[in-house]
Amino acid sequence: MGKLLVKDKEIVVPGDVIAEGMDFLPSFGTYRTGEKIIANRTSLLSIDGKVIKTIPLAGRYLPKRNDVIIGRVFDILMSGWRMDINSAYSAVLMLQEASFKYIQKGADLTKFFAIDDYVVVKITNVTSQRLVDVTVKGPGLRRLEAGRIVKVSTHKVPRIIGKQGSMVSTIKDATGCRITVGQNGVVWVQGEPEQEVLAVNAIKKIDENSHHSGLTDEIKKFLDSNKVKTKGDKK
Amino acid sequence: MSYTKRNDGRKFEETRPIEAKAGVIKNADGSGFFKIGKTSAYAAVYGPKELFPRSQHNPRKGLLRCNYNMMPFSGSGDRVRPGPNRRSKEISLVTQKALLPVVNLEGFPNAVIEVFIELPQTDAGSRCAGICAASIALADAGITMKDMVASVSCGKVGDKVLIDLDYSEESHEDGAVDIPVAMIPSTEEITLLQLDGFITKDELKKAIQMVKPVLKNIAEIQRKALKEKYK
Repeated sequence: MGKLLVKDKEIVVPGDVIAEGMDFLPSFGTYRTGEKIIANRTSLLSIDGKVIKTIPLAGRYLPKRNDVIIGRVFDILMSGWRMDINSAYSAVLMLQEASFKYIQKGADLTKFFAIDDYVVVKITNVTSQRLVDVTVKGPGLRRLEAGRIVKVSTHKVPRIIGKQGSMVSTIKDATGCRITVGQNGVVWVQGEPEQEVLAVNAIKKIDENSHHSGLTDEIKKFLDSNKVKTKGDKK
Repeated sequence: MSYTKRNDGRKFEETRPIEAKAGVIKNADGSGFFKIGKTSAYAAVYGPKELFPRSQHNPRKGLLRCNYNMMPFSGSGDRVRPGPNRRSKEISLVTQKALLPVVNLEGFPNAVIEVFIELPQTDAGSRCAGICAASIALADAGITMKDMVASVSCGKVGDKVLIDLDYSEESHEDGAVDIPVAMIPSTEEITLLQLDGFITKDELKKAIQMVKPVLKNIAEIQRKALKEKYK
């Protein structure tokens, strides 16, 4: 009979023996040697029946297909744009993926996306060598204008969005800002300047306290106590 | 004359007091601090990130690049000449070799994980402290690794086999042998073993046997430091 040596929702670090015996199954972030299941990265343990999974707490973003991310154009190629996606690898936005309209040969590509523009894109393909292709054809995918960018850890993104988007809509309601969260940990905020600052502070607070429970209430309190009035507000 | 009592009154199989911390450098993806006696090491990990120069790209796996550096004021009085030198290049290389067996680099082809080890104060055993700090930093950065790497020195002073030499012992008048050891605690694989001086085969075996439980204990301290960060 197998034995569990670490409790559910506890922090494990590389080399920690999580379970002994063959009736548990190692999943993401764990491996088996002999009878033992051992953690191989710093993470939060999440036991799902017999399957031992982990939720990573730190690490850079690794591009994954179908992720919606926010990238920054840093180079313009012959037929596309190269983007920094807050990862070890850069992404390429190809010409045919950039617009529904036909782009003439030799057209000025900066008219579509200039260097240092931030763009919401979706990953269409990732190769084994981590060459990343992205597209802006799709709902919500576009170039971002005005506003500001906050960078958070990619593993905190689910916390910032919250269950069914509860956390992000709390911030949106309280500040009246438009917010787009990229899976790569790049967040775009746009609204009244004072409200933007408040929203950014709230996002940073989530990033720092993401492993606490009852975070949504904590953030609600934070937003209430730091409320700022702007001209657009009705009394 | 035999070496009967240690200069600082420790037992022969006892290390100097150890202190470990994770997440000490906010800007880094992961960081660690390891202090053993008067030797302290900071390690910062950046990456995986894009690798330059491109000539070093490896399409099969990523690169682990280590950089060991003693700060100019870190010695005991004499200024250490800053910048890379023959010694620090060698230690950077052995640190990389000591950490490579645990780190999984297959997931990041053409990329690099950079490890910077800085020593603000040294009193012997600096490469071991550096490896311990780097191991904490790598785990803190969320890098996939099969286990931690623990490291400490063992050796011989006079005719006594002992653990964790400090500088006064390393430069003892009766002659000393310094053997830095790094080990993967779960499998007892040794990833670093260097030797300076004369020692018999039996004494070397005795020293290695003596150092193993100590290394396992150090690995526990490293783990505790990582968990402490999320308390």
